[in-house]
Amino acid sequence: MTTAPPTTAPAATDTRRGRGIPHGALGAAGFAGLILLLELLPRAGVVDARFLPPFTEMAVALSDQLASPAFWDALVATLRGWIIGLAIAMAAGVSAGILIGSVPALRAATASTIEFLRPIPSVALIPLAVLLFGTDMRSTLLLVVYASFWQVLVQVLYGVTDVDPIARDTARSYRFSLWRQVRTVLWPTALPYVMTGFRLAAAVALILEITGELIIGSPGLGNAIAVAKSSGAVDTMYALVIVTGVIGVGVNLAARFTERRALRWHPSIRREVAA
Amino acid sequence: MTTSMLWRAGRRLLLIAGLPAVLITAWWLATANSTNFYWPPLRTIVEVFGPTWLEGKLTSDVLPSLARLGVGYLAALALGIGIGVAIGSSTTLRATVEPVLEFFRAIPPPVLVPILILFAGIGDGMKVLVIVSGAIWPILLNTVEGVRSIDEVLRDTAACYRFRTRTRLTTLILRGASPQIMTGARQALSIAIILMVISEMFAASNGLGFTIIQFQRSFALPQMWSGIILLGLIGVALSLLFRLVETRVLAWYFGQRDTQQSGA
Repeated sequence: MTTAPPTTAPAATDTRRGRGIPHGALGAAGFAGLILLLELLPRAGVVDARFLPPFTEMAVALSDQLASPAFWDALVATLRGWIIGLAIAMAAGVSAGILIGSVPALRAATASTIEFLRPIPSVALIPLAVLLFGTDMRSTLLLVVYASFWQVLVQVLYGVTDVDPIARDTARSYRFSLWRQVRTVLWPTALPYVMTGFRLAAAVALILEITGELIIGSPGLGNAIAVAKSSGAVDTMYALVIVTGVIGVGVNLAARFTERRALRWHPSIRREVAA
Repeated sequence: MTTSMLWRAGRRLLLIAGLPAVLITAWWLATANSTNFYWPPLRTIVEVFGPTWLEGKLTSDVLPSLARLGVGYLAALALGIGIGVAIGSSTTLRATVEPVLEFFRAIPPPVLVPILILFAGIGDGMKVLVIVSGAIWPILLNTVEGVRSIDEVLRDTAACYRFRTRTRLTTLILRGASPQIMTGARQALSIAIILMVISEMFAASNGLGFTIIQFQRSFALPQMWSGIILLGLIGVALSLLFRLVETRVLAWYFGQRDTQQSGA
């Protein structure tokens, strides 16, 4: 088992499930414990209730939010910004990745530039975005695209290198057209990497979308949190933070589902299902 | 022999430095006589870089930011690995708390800034706390995963030989989980840098993020650009430093992987 890369290890240990209490129940108990803790800590006076209201108050604030149209507007604005940003980053990342990855000279010449630009924290662009676009949605979009583009690009580059040389040479000797080579040889090899990039980018894009709204003030949930904070509505603030967490979990699950769906045919997924 | 080596070294240098040089020159030339307010000449930006950051602001803003980043990141590492090992060692505990931890990881870390301001004010403590609270999750969850996937045979062997807890911890658990811990630590580093900047942009009286926002609000564009460049350089420097540490810590792992791959 030591030879297996870390990514395949979970499947092996999960087979031990079924002993004792089911894990789902334990997980639910964990959440119940967290809620109980959030309720009891402020009630017992361990934590100042002005800073951490009891969970029931957060729940009331949350249901108030769910009834208000402003909340839904903010939610839609956040999700829209996230989807647009992610789509741009995916399209740009995949096409740039395939282009750079399949031309060795281009790849060698751009490697240092990519390595340099990638770790630049996207929040460094906030002042520039504000100057260019003000508190418009576009300034947040700039951050989202910048941050998630690199995640996709780097994965696609790995994917393109992974192409089996024999398959590539075979396609060449049969004189496949360029488009056909990309579609039948390159794309299936790179797809698992593309999906990894997609999953990473989806999470990063959400973080930057909400960060942008929070700091820049473009419309969305992040901005709603900033407003709740400055108006002293602490319970609403917590309610909105919980919503962002739920969206985050939702995004992760959706990304993982899309990944499995797109890679149904891939040996790594087929093996997992069979086991 | 030597000429071909020289030739190869020159080619390598050209590949590494070529495109960056072209891009910087293009930026330099494109903005050379720029009167556009938003895009000041690169020359001006470079000229203000020294006076802006190296005199005075180095000790009043740059170093405090980096110190908070360092303290927060190390604390997140220590806590994440410590708690992660504890959770990873018990199946029941892991099943109980893992969904909760996944939820906390899914919360975009910057939204914790307004909450932590309530508890810790806007001082250094808050900023360190923000960095810890955001950077800990990837480390923690990856440690749990790493400890969990340690080879059963190795684990049993350690038990048979009655390794002392300390020996078991250093030679088996932390060693075995280190590739995954490093993966988490790398993700955590970029989150920590983001949070360092964000916490200072939100509420602060000094620091890099604070200063850059001040420049933007006072429309000191060349200074603002120099700040953006400085943040970029810090990001790059830290990622290089991380890679240096990683190759040291995981030397055994990379070696093992290479042998297996060439053997197969």
